[in-house]
Amino acid sequence: MSDPTRGLHRRRFLTGALGVGAGAALTACTSNAPAGGGGGPAVAPAPAAGGSEPGTPVTIGFSAPAADHGWIAAIANNAQAQAEQYPDVTFEAVNPTNDIAQQIAAVETLINRGVDALVILPNDGSQLTRVGQQAMNAGIPVINLDRIFDSPLAYRTWIGGDNYGMGVSAGHYMGRRLRDAGVANPIIGEIAGIDNLPLTQQRSSGFADALATYGFAVGPRQAADFTAQGGQRVTANLLQAAPRLDAVWNHDDDQGIGVLAAINQAGRNEFFMVGGAGSANAMREIQADTSVLKATVTYLPSMASSAVALARLVAQGRGMSDLAERDVPASITLASATITRENVADYLPLGFES
Amino acid sequence: MLDSGAGRNFGLVAVMVLLAIVGVVTTDTFLTTANLLTVLTQASIIGVLTVGVTFVIIGGGIDLSVGKVMALASVWATTVATQSYGPAVMVFCAIAVGVGAGLVNGLLIAYGRIVPFIVTLAMLISAQGLAERISGRRSQIVTDPVIAGIANTRLLGIPLLVYFFAAVVAVGWVVLNRTTFGRRTFAIGGNPEAARLAGLDVKRHTILLYMVSGLCCGIAAIMIASLTTTGSSTHGTLYELDAIAAVIIGGTLLSGGRGTLIGSILGVLVFTTITNLFVLNNLATEVQNIAKGAIIVVAVLIQARAQRSSAST
Repeated sequence: MSDPTRGLHRRRFLTGALGVGAGAALTACTSNAPAGGGGGPAVAPAPAAGGSEPGTPVTIGFSAPAADHGWIAAIANNAQAQAEQYPDVTFEAVNPTNDIAQQIAAVETLINRGVDALVILPNDGSQLTRVGQQAMNAGIPVINLDRIFDSPLAYRTWIGGDNYGMGVSAGHYMGRRLRDAGVANPIIGEIAGIDNLPLTQQRSSGFADALATYGFAVGPRQAADFTAQGGQRVTANLLQAAPRLDAVWNHDDDQGIGVLAAINQAGRNEFFMVGGAGSANAMREIQADTSVLKATVTYLPSMASSAVALARLVAQGRGMSDLAERDVPASITLASATITRENVADYLPLGFES
Repeated sequence: MLDSGAGRNFGLVAVMVLLAIVGVVTTDTFLTTANLLTVLTQASIIGVLTVGVTFVIIGGGIDLSVGKVMALASVWATTVATQSYGPAVMVFCAIAVGVGAGLVNGLLIAYGRIVPFIVTLAMLISAQGLAERISGRRSQIVTDPVIAGIANTRLLGIPLLVYFFAAVVAVGWVVLNRTTFGRRTFAIGGNPEAARLAGLDVKRHTILLYMVSGLCCGIAAIMIASLTTTGSSTHGTLYELDAIAAVIIGGTLLSGGRGTLIGSILGVLVFTTITNLFVLNNLATEVQNIAKGAIIVVAVLIQARAQRSSAST
């Protein structure tokens, strides 16, 4: 890949190394600017939500957790990119934070500024319900993104992914594939995310329920922590526990980088793996078809783009043009699609970089 | 080597033997070569960090920043710009970040007169922030075949990462037990005022100790980048606590002046073996956490008893 900034990096690096020393050398080593696959924001295409012609100018406030994970990073980037597509939208994103009290304060600031609509991905739905309701009481419609508030009084519309459905999609893909291959008593491994999160429990129960329709059950199951490091550690040990596997579901593609590394290090390839969420690098891996990863089930951060589009329509009092309804629906649950080598090209533009 | 190893660490050896028995009784695969090598590989990264932490704690300090300095070094070493210069520059950047962070820690502690707990806690937080800023909170995938290949390479059937670990332990042991630097570390940790009156440059030595810890972070960063094929700000979370716990279980005094590297390494192996046994037995996470806490307490009790009896004889 040609890289126009490379010459500049090299000059800066040489100057630093020869003249100034380590400090300047390190400067040359920090840039992610020429990233082909490592740095740029994941931009989702405009949804077919209708009402794309300019309407009343509106201000949309946005608050989300701070990212320690590619998926959350993509949420913020997608929301921003979507807002920039509308000439009639002013986008006010507050600093992302993982501190509940800070997020409450940030949302209250947006309420006081009198924004026309709010898009909130709460750190914890329960703990931010009160402030969501406060916004609604102040006449500001809230689009609740993904992690749901406790009370419907706290939001105008909820849009989010289907964790149970992810498990079902993974289970059906796996069940069908194993049944077609004539495997009688398959050993199926599961590498979950963080076990005490409801989303992990929902993913696991959807997976178990779908597998049960084929007469299959989950064998070795361990939780990692949604990180590449945790995925590597857990998988390296799990592969020792199971000398033979037929299939493995890994809940999360960020974590999956470590899972795949451990599988490669152990030199194992007698099974196939299904991922989760739909990261761009997992999709490229599926496309290349050179590893055990054969599919991933989606939980796409493009939902943030849709949330901003919905916030705009709600604030402008418009509906979704493809629906018969006058107004935007109260709840939208995304479907979890199964991405395989056959359809990966359709989904690759929606993938997020881990 | 045994003088500071198996003798004083009888308690830990006993715990290891107990864990091995549990492994053999409850699983078919615990004693296979492949599984034991997995345990050693998993121990290698936290083990390298623990070597650095042992130096700092024996020298009377504490280093809470190791996990996140390692994360920052891994992120710096795996940016697109760094990777385009090849593996040597990646290694240089990781080591430079580690040693640089150690230098800052040491300067603030020695000359800023701020307690090590606060300085290294601040370093933990800022290293985390810097790692997130540089990586854009994404995992930076290692595309360089040399670095990515380290974790896949075996020499005489043993993963290269285990050799890295062994080399760091060996060098650390020699430095700590057979050099002036090591003797000064014990002296300063035991009584810094007496060491100063005896003519030792306590400030300079303190800075060097944190740089040793930082150097270990740099080495560990390259190892984890290879093992996970990523540089990430999420690497090393809570590693500082695991490393400190291993050092304490290994019999090193938290107040400094006394301790052994072999004890620390045994502590790391106990931790890693426990995790391995839990996964082999397919235990749920919450059960793992309860059992892990209990085993740590038992290990420390056995270790303390063994040390008391060896001290009284």
